[in-house]
Amino acid sequence: MNTKRLISAVAAGLAVAGLAFAGPAQAKVEGDTIILGSAISFTGKYSTNGIHAKNGYDIGVAKINSMGGVKVGGKSYKLKIQYYDDESTPLRTAQLLERLVNQDGVKYFLGPYSSATTKAAAPIIEKYKVPMIEAEGASRSLFNKGYKYLFAVLSTSEQYLASSIGLAAEIAEKNGKKPSEVKIAMAFENDPFSLDVRAGVLEDAKKYGMKVVIDDKMPRDLNDISSTLTKVKALKPDLLLLSGHSKGAATGARQIKEMKIDVPMIALTHCEAAKITTKFGASTNDFLCPTQWAPTLTYKDKYFGTAADYDKEFKKTFDGYKNVPYQSAQATASVLVWKDAFERANSLDPEKVRDAIAATDMETFYGGIKFAPEGNNIAKPMVLRQIQNGEYNVVAPSKWASHPVNWPRKAQ
Amino acid sequence: MWDNISILTAAPVFNIQLILDGLFIGSTFALAAYGLALVWGVMNVKNLAQGDFVIMGGYVAWWLGKQGIHPLWGLPVSIVVMFVFGWVVYVTIIRRVIDKDMFTSLLATFGLAIVLAQALNLMFGPEVQTAESDFAIRSYFDNSVTVADIKLVAFGLCGVLAVAVVLFMKNSRMGQAIRATAQDARAARVMGIDTDKVYAFTFSLNAAICGAAGALISMIWVIQPFYGIGHSIRSFVIVTAAGFGNLGGVIMAGLGLGVMEQYGGFVLGAEFQQACVVGLLVAVLIYRQLEMRRHRQVVQ
Repeated sequence: MNTKRLISAVAAGLAVAGLAFAGPAQAKVEGDTIILGSAISFTGKYSTNGIHAKNGYDIGVAKINSMGGVKVGGKSYKLKIQYYDDESTPLRTAQLLERLVNQDGVKYFLGPYSSATTKAAAPIIEKYKVPMIEAEGASRSLFNKGYKYLFAVLSTSEQYLASSIGLAAEIAEKNGKKPSEVKIAMAFENDPFSLDVRAGVLEDAKKYGMKVVIDDKMPRDLNDISSTLTKVKALKPDLLLLSGHSKGAATGARQIKEMKIDVPMIALTHCEAAKITTKFGASTNDFLCPTQWAPTLTYKDKYFGTAADYDKEFKKTFDGYKNVPYQSAQATASVLVWKDAFERANSLDPEKVRDAIAATDMETFYGGIKFAPEGNNIAKPMVLRQIQNGEYNVVAPSKWASHPVNWPRKAQ
Repeated sequence: MWDNISILTAAPVFNIQLILDGLFIGSTFALAAYGLALVWGVMNVKNLAQGDFVIMGGYVAWWLGKQGIHPLWGLPVSIVVMFVFGWVVYVTIIRRVIDKDMFTSLLATFGLAIVLAQALNLMFGPEVQTAESDFAIRSYFDNSVTVADIKLVAFGLCGVLAVAVVLFMKNSRMGQAIRATAQDARAARVMGIDTDKVYAFTFSLNAAICGAAGALISMIWVIQPFYGIGHSIRSFVIVTAAGFGNLGGVIMAGLGLGVMEQYGGFVLGAEFQQACVVGLLVAVLIYRQLEMRRHRQVVQ
């Protein structure tokens, strides 16, 4: 009995030792493969978008590998991603990143999904000085903390609705009015993301001297904004802005229809996520909806071709997509940045690669990518689409517009 | 804030919109609150899952709407489904806690609320949903006041349901048994009333009433798995303000709460709309406390 116990104890000890040694063996570079790490949401409330992002990463990696991989120091490396499921909880994201760094030896990272989980990830990557290129955390609070190893390919949240202010000013001038005569009504949810969006709007409105006549904040469990909309009827603003994730878009679109709100220009975030065109039909026509990316944009690169080509290839690779979500496109773009940075650094040293990422200046199918010293992408604008007969068409900025903007909007 | 009040005095027509919207939604609040008052008064169970029953009823109507059945037909279906569901909950959970102290039943129904919200989230996803009636929308006073026909219909149906429940309680054998049990459960048992069956029926009736309220709310507002708590709080405020034996009081408090929310949202901003409800609860409790203290002094 005792010998048996001894044997099992020794076996257990060996197993533990084996695990300890197995850790470093799964290091940042295995033979001719560079391992990128990502803790991302496969389960929990972010799982839908987490899986969109994973598909984006995977198609990017497959593309680069099929085109010969990454060339560093005269040698070709393949890319591979080591994933963990963070269960949509920021605490878990942080734990898993520690694990990726300490046990798996990963030195290069792709981001999780959502601003909340990215916020939890940032201090870890700073602590270990390992670079992360993220594609799904838009909150501007990620880029005012002085992080050196965090880079984001997407536009930050304060830009989401700011473009509609520029468009309103443009239209006012075209109609012989001063931009400062434009009256704005807005309602934003009381959460970090939506308040970021609001900050961006206020900044731009101030630039043009526009007057904010309604500035309501919506509660987290909002199911009614009719009192705000009654104010809109009374004050007749020129521009109505709403942002409160999918529920804000759904509640807003429903009550705008029900109360026949007649404002010449209405812009709201999360139109597609809330599926407002299928739910509320023609009443959503001429709504303006910001997006990070659209397949009709004329951006292109040497990997995927144009945005439309990417769209086609993505749908061919993954079943069940009617529209390619921008979450996938930006995830793919962040993989392209990794390849570009490795090759420019011509080294696998995390510090050198980090400096190469910081100096990135490239065109992709997802748009231009160039990082500010704070790590956010300043080369790609947020584009504004308008719902025209149930279709989302790009109307601003005018350089990328595929359709003219319909103005004024008529209540239907 | 003063700007918003000046809008209402300068253009009084907007008061009509606020009052109408408040009355329409308030009628569904009153309905759910009446169910709570029933269970509270008869069984002395404070059902913290009240709002989740409402949301569940809403999902029944919404789901039927998605299958191509008009959500108004969802109303009777929701009533039946929720009645059966209420019975099952009574048999499996409530029966075991009904004669325990208050905290046991509070904890049990609170747990039930969490389980229901999560279950709805897993089944239907976290998105906000609405059941579309496709009824006309009328506008008056140069589009300053709009009334969706479905809201009028919902208001009418709330009235019909309230009358039906009152008649049932007054005239049917079961209604009489419920009232007898509420007055004195022991005496009712002595008189041969099966109080366990009465409790089961009362709890199921409450669930059915919530189902009806939820089906109407899904058509005139929006539903989401985690919105139950807001409806629970509203029901508690109304019942605390009106007391349980008092149907007229419940109706007045429900409608009043609806109107107050609209005015709160208009004058103070949307972020204070629900804060008004909680603020009112505090005010009612303070008032009740003062009233009781006076009463105690008189007795002394």
